[in-house]
Amino acid sequence: MPAADAAIIGRRKEFVAELRKMVPGEGVIDDDASLAAYECDGLMAYRQRPLAVVLPETVEQVSQVLGYCHREGLKVVPRGSGTSLSGGALPLADGIVMAMGKFNKILEVDYANRCAVVQPCVTNAAVTERVTSEGFYYAPDPSSQIICSIGGNVAENAGGVHCLKYGTTSNNILGLQMVLMDGSVVRMGGKHLDAQSLDMLGLICGSEGLLGVVTEITVRVLRTPETQRALLLGFSDVESAGACVAKVIAEGVVPAAMEIMDRTAIHAAEAFVKVGYPLDVEALLLIEFDGSPVEVDHFIAMVNEIAKKAGAVSSQQSNSEEERKNFWAGRKAAFPAIGKISPDYYCMDGTIPRSKLPQALRKISELSDEFGLEVANVFHAGDGNLHPMVLYNADKDGDLEKAEQFGAAILTLCVELGGVLTGEHGVGVEKRDLMEVQFTEADLDQQLRVKCVFDDQGLLNPGKVFPKLRRCAEGGKMHVHHGELRFPDIERY
Amino acid sequence: MGEVFRPKNSDEVSSAVKDALNMKASLELFGQGTRRSLGRPVKADASLDMSALTGVQMYEPEELVMVVAPGTPMREISQVLIEHNQQLAFEPPDYGPLWGLPADKGTVGGMIMTGRNGPRRLSAGGVRDYVLGVKGVNGFGELFVSGGRVVKNVTGFDLPKILTGSFGTLCAATEITLKLLPLPPEAATLVVSGLKDGQAVAAMTRVLTETSIPVSSAAHLPAEIAKLSRVDSISARQNSATLLRVEGFGPSVESGIQGLKKVFGSLSDMFVLDKAETQQLWKEVTNASFFIQTEKPIWKLSVPPSEAAAIMSKLGKGLTTQYFYDWAGGAIWIEAPASEDAGEAAIRGTLDSVVVGDGHATLIRASEEVRANIAPFHPLSPVLAAVEDRLRKQFDPQGMFNPGRMYGVRNAN
Ligand SMILES: Cc1cc2nc3c(=O)[nH]c(=O)nc-3n(C[C@H](O)[C@H](O)[C@H](O)COP(=O)(O)OP(=O)(O)OC[C@H]3O[C@@H](n4cnc5c(N)ncnc54)[C@H](O)[C@@H]3O)c2cc1C
Repeated sequence: MPAADAAIIGRRKEFVAELRKMVPGEGVIDDDASLAAYECDGLMAYRQRPLAVVLPETVEQVSQVLGYCHREGLKVVPRGSGTSLSGGALPLADGIVMAMGKFNKILEVDYANRCAVVQPCVTNAAVTERVTSEGFYYAPDPSSQIICSIGGNVAENAGGVHCLKYGTTSNNILGLQMVLMDGSVVRMGGKHLDAQSLDMLGLICGSEGLLGVVTEITVRVLRTPETQRALLLGFSDVESAGACVAKVIAEGVVPAAMEIMDRTAIHAAEAFVKVGYPLDVEALLLIEFDGSPVEVDHFIAMVNEIAKKAGAVSSQQSNSEEERKNFWAGRKAAFPAIGKISPDYYCMDGTIPRSKLPQALRKISELSDEFGLEVANVFHAGDGNLHPMVLYNADKDGDLEKAEQFGAAILTLCVELGGVLTGEHGVGVEKRDLMEVQFTEADLDQQLRVKCVFDDQGLLNPGKVFPKLRRCAEGGKMHVHHGELRFPDIERY
Repeated sequence: MGEVFRPKNSDEVSSAVKDALNMKASLELFGQGTRRSLGRPVKADASLDMSALTGVQMYEPEELVMVVAPGTPMREISQVLIEHNQQLAFEPPDYGPLWGLPADKGTVGGMIMTGRNGPRRLSAGGVRDYVLGVKGVNGFGELFVSGGRVVKNVTGFDLPKILTGSFGTLCAATEITLKLLPLPPEAATLVVSGLKDGQAVAAMTRVLTETSIPVSSAAHLPAEIAKLSRVDSISARQNSATLLRVEGFGPSVESGIQGLKKVFGSLSDMFVLDKAETQQLWKEVTNASFFIQTEKPIWKLSVPPSEAAAIMSKLGKGLTTQYFYDWAGGAIWIEAPASEDAGEAAIRGTLDSVVVGDGHATLIRASEEVRANIAPFHPLSPVLAAVEDRLRKQFDPQGMFNPGRMYGVRNAN
């Protein structure tokens, strides 16, 4: 992290007093015991106590606080539910945390326009809960959905198992209101479908709290599909499972979800939840379909055929909701299940082109031997998003460092195979120093210039995503060399 | 118009941009120039013709992904995709004929950078949802990469989103990565005849909110427009047509259409279009072909779907009787009478008063003179306008690319 500014830390009392004028009562936290709750997010290996925590209740307060921090040069880390797995909400010693917890209301549900207007700390699952009775749901479904906030989902562009068919957060929001670091309030989008000008909404989504504090979101809600059914296919090697996924897509079918688990993950999950997963296979492919019963039946039959040809050694199809949920229970419990067989695990999140799956898995298994750490693989196979879990023991000297190095090697591999560092968990502090593996200096420079548009002093969530910030000059520096045209050989007419 | 640069690769693009920087020259950026009629006319010192950067550089059908050079003709891309039963799911429109140009022209770069969406915006998303990566040269002359070739990607800012639809005002794109989807093997459209605007919007809303039928697009053609259709069964009725399209595998389409029929009940006057008619009709909707015969100004409004009929009723038939709805009301196409402001005051005034800050009107067709004098894109709120302005400067400090095409510098006179 950037070195903490002692002068800022020294002014803590003054800041707290001023912030209390803007957000009265319990709205400013500065006692150590209460601050402890904000020390880390879902990436628990990193901890830092913030200078103070502010819990604004109104957009006006958010604007006042940000404007004040902007004037005083005080850093701000926005926070939703604190489930980020990349340290996006990790506090700074010389900055405040702006916790959005009090923005927890669903402001409007507008069925006629198939959308809901929510405050940022409404949980992901609460949106679906609210609209279920009318036959609607909110499509993005990160596994953390009962806790994570919509604001956090926007900041991380969160995905879920069903984003193969329904897209990630970015594809499911229509509008938002945001407060910029200088305190100005801006609205983009609304209940209409198309961007008025530049697609700012798309830019804000996935910006990891570096561009503004989101204070309201208009999300699309969809009609709940009539039926959902799943296929559970066993394969004698992971490669064939991967090949089967490619064949399904090649036949023109885009299922609602396609998930693969490897042997280690299957065994851990089965031991944990006992749902009757076959234990004599090397890989399980879980495919879900949704839609009208006729359509779903059609796909189940079609994909069963494809799977047979692709070498599936076992096939089960869900014939009831209970069975379907059972199929999922093991997959959904994969993380805690791994927690049972290993004292600690480190979950990675790279994405690769699907065709590179066999290569990636082979290499990950080689790396596993090299580092002497076991690895369990679950992945969103439909879109090539890997979640290898590196098993380690934090009590063992050097194990954490080894796990982190192993993780970095996996992510570097993903980039080498044509993929990316992170598919849904974000860069945060965790992958910040790997950004240069994927991007050149010019690539990063262009992103940093965008940061300057919204936050010219680099006060909003610094130390995240980018290895270093750039100085913001309007327009930046230009490398102009006066004189002759340097490139006379370009065709001109 | 001054010098024309016609680079053949990204290095040459970068060189051309650096030369323009040195000369403090502005550049008009274009592919085949077929979409010049969208936005303000650009008056630049020189031209950057991107049409020599061509070719499908990578296409992996089983990965649903394609990398193309921006100058690749759309026609070529469509052909390659059809051979593999795949498509650009947002139904890229071809407004060429609306502007008096031949059909089926233009480059993929032009299509992406003008960011227009077809009827399937309702169900499948827009251009922005299918652009995974963009390589380009910014106004510093630097080549940069953004995004990637995989769908799940949250590494760094999602720059492809703002580049898509930026009308060449942020960078000269040199490579674009697109997400593809399978072509649905079957399609059919249920047509309900004789509904008035309000009834039609309500009916489309009912289908989308009260049933789970996977309608891929929903439009309403008032009688005046329906009679211009080249699909005989639509034009012959001399009546309005509310259109609900279902696409997918045979059984899905069949059950979808059956479901729709049930929603309307036997009292309605309705009929079903087969796949060929469906394709023909939705192409007309996509390209707003109903307006080809005239040269009057055309607007496309993007509004909350449920407000569509209210906007049109407030606007009044006095302005025009030539309009139709797409996106279940979320889009309204209006042909305005030729006038100095192309109907801007009436249309934007009405829109702004009904939906207050939640919607916009874009001028799709008007003479160069009109486009130079009125804003083709809906004015932004002051805060957003300031953000956009700063953003453009951080991509293009000199305001070199397509000056004034969207907002800002006016080139009139
Ligand atoms: C068990 C578990 C399972 C998970 N599964 C998934 C999964 O399946 N898919 C997936 O995508 N992710 C998953 N995650 C990661 C995490 O839940 C998501 O990234 C989620 O979107 C974070 O939301 P949050 O409210 O907890 O945000 P926080 O952790 O509080 O913050 C995350 C980032 O968002 C910023 N932020 C938060 N609120 C705002 C706001 N209002 N305005 C601006 N910036 C803001 C923060 O500064 C930070 O950078 C999982 C996490 C856990 C712990």
